[in-house]
Amino acid sequence: MSKPIIATTSLAGCFGCHMSILDIDERILDLIELVEFNKSPIDDIKTFTKKCDIGIIEGGCCNSENIHVLKTFRENCKILISLGECARTGGLPAMRNNKVTVKECLEEAYLNCVTVDDNPDNIIPNDEELPFILDKVYPCHEIVKIDYFLPGCAPRADLIWNALVALITGKPMDLPYEVVKYD
Amino acid sequence: MAELIKFTIDNQDCLAEKGLYIVEAAAKNNIYIPTLCNIPGVKPRGACRICSVRVNGKLMSACTTPIADNMKIENNTPEIVEMRKIILETLFVSGNHFCPACERSGSCDLQALAYRFGILNQRFPYQFPSKSIDASHPKIMKDHDRCILCKRCIRGIKTEDGKSFFAYKKRGQTLEISIDTELTSQLTDELAIKAANLCPVGAILLKERGYNIPIGKRQYDLTPIGNEIDHLEK
Repeated sequence: MSKPIIATTSLAGCFGCHMSILDIDERILDLIELVEFNKSPIDDIKTFTKKCDIGIIEGGCCNSENIHVLKTFRENCKILISLGECARTGGLPAMRNNKVTVKECLEEAYLNCVTVDDNPDNIIPNDEELPFILDKVYPCHEIVKIDYFLPGCAPRADLIWNALVALITGKPMDLPYEVVKYD
Repeated sequence: MAELIKFTIDNQDCLAEKGLYIVEAAAKNNIYIPTLCNIPGVKPRGACRICSVRVNGKLMSACTTPIADNMKIENNTPEIVEMRKIILETLFVSGNHFCPACERSGSCDLQALAYRFGILNQRFPYQFPSKSIDASHPKIMKDHDRCILCKRCIRGIKTEDGKSFFAYKKRGQTLEISIDTELTSQLTDELAIKAANLCPVGAILLKERGYNIPIGKRQYDLTPIGNEIDHLEK
């Protein structure tokens, strides 16, 4: 039997969850024996070259590109996993939800913020090539069907390892108390 | 010696003194019934319903119901566990519980209960409410988006002559906790610390405190809530 294929992506996240994947340390050598990676920042494959078994999503959806990538993952992966608080709940980016408008967000980022010092023409980027910012940040499962959720900010490396091994080997997942955390 | 009463919880024979509420009587028999709004030693209110059990087939809150002879209590059944998960998930989606950005994370009762019940995700849509943050008080700040309206602060923080520092204001979806404007100057450091500790979530926080306990050493990092009662983990 061929190895299961994994794809990963970071949407509106900070790459902390991907760092946590790498935090499985030397077990990454075992992981390479168990699986093959396809589209992922880990191997820098930019587009899907084949159908995948497991898609790991970091981050929620804050713009139209995130939605597009998430839907591509749903189309190309048999199983999708929301990894981390942002994918699962919207996370810290979702703290803007119902609090500030997109306009206020952009003005703060490009015009009013104390660290803005080189924007004399008061330009807010608005090129049609740029993705649209959404009205609020959406958890992934509110956009597409998500099969499994791994909480944490970042999720503990042991949680990611246990989940992947359980999924690949078909054995029940080991969930010790100290690895399931929301922070 | 007080009169002992016989009852069963999940078919286990139990004994406890007359006059105790089910939550307390269960704890005496090393059985944990989860609570959020309950404060030991203060008159219970049954506000959060997380302690709901079936008593002789009927759903009742275990913190407000005194034990009686031959009560048949169901506590750890699939139906009750699922209902408690639903209550917890409802509380999570109805507020803004961004655990990574909360100083109470790791010592939060709501979070600890979700850990204990193994909740990995919420089945309901997030509401992302937009209530205010009130940082006007010199000692404490209140984040109303985190408040679960359990009334612990109202019932537990009082002046020497029994007046509550905290009270509800507004109604329905906009209901929130406010501090009595006349009593507010009497809130001592000691009472402010008590209020912050009494809050089961991060809705009342002490100012100038921040993240003062490192990850790994916080109350529920390694030990589940209720472990002192039923020794779930060694």
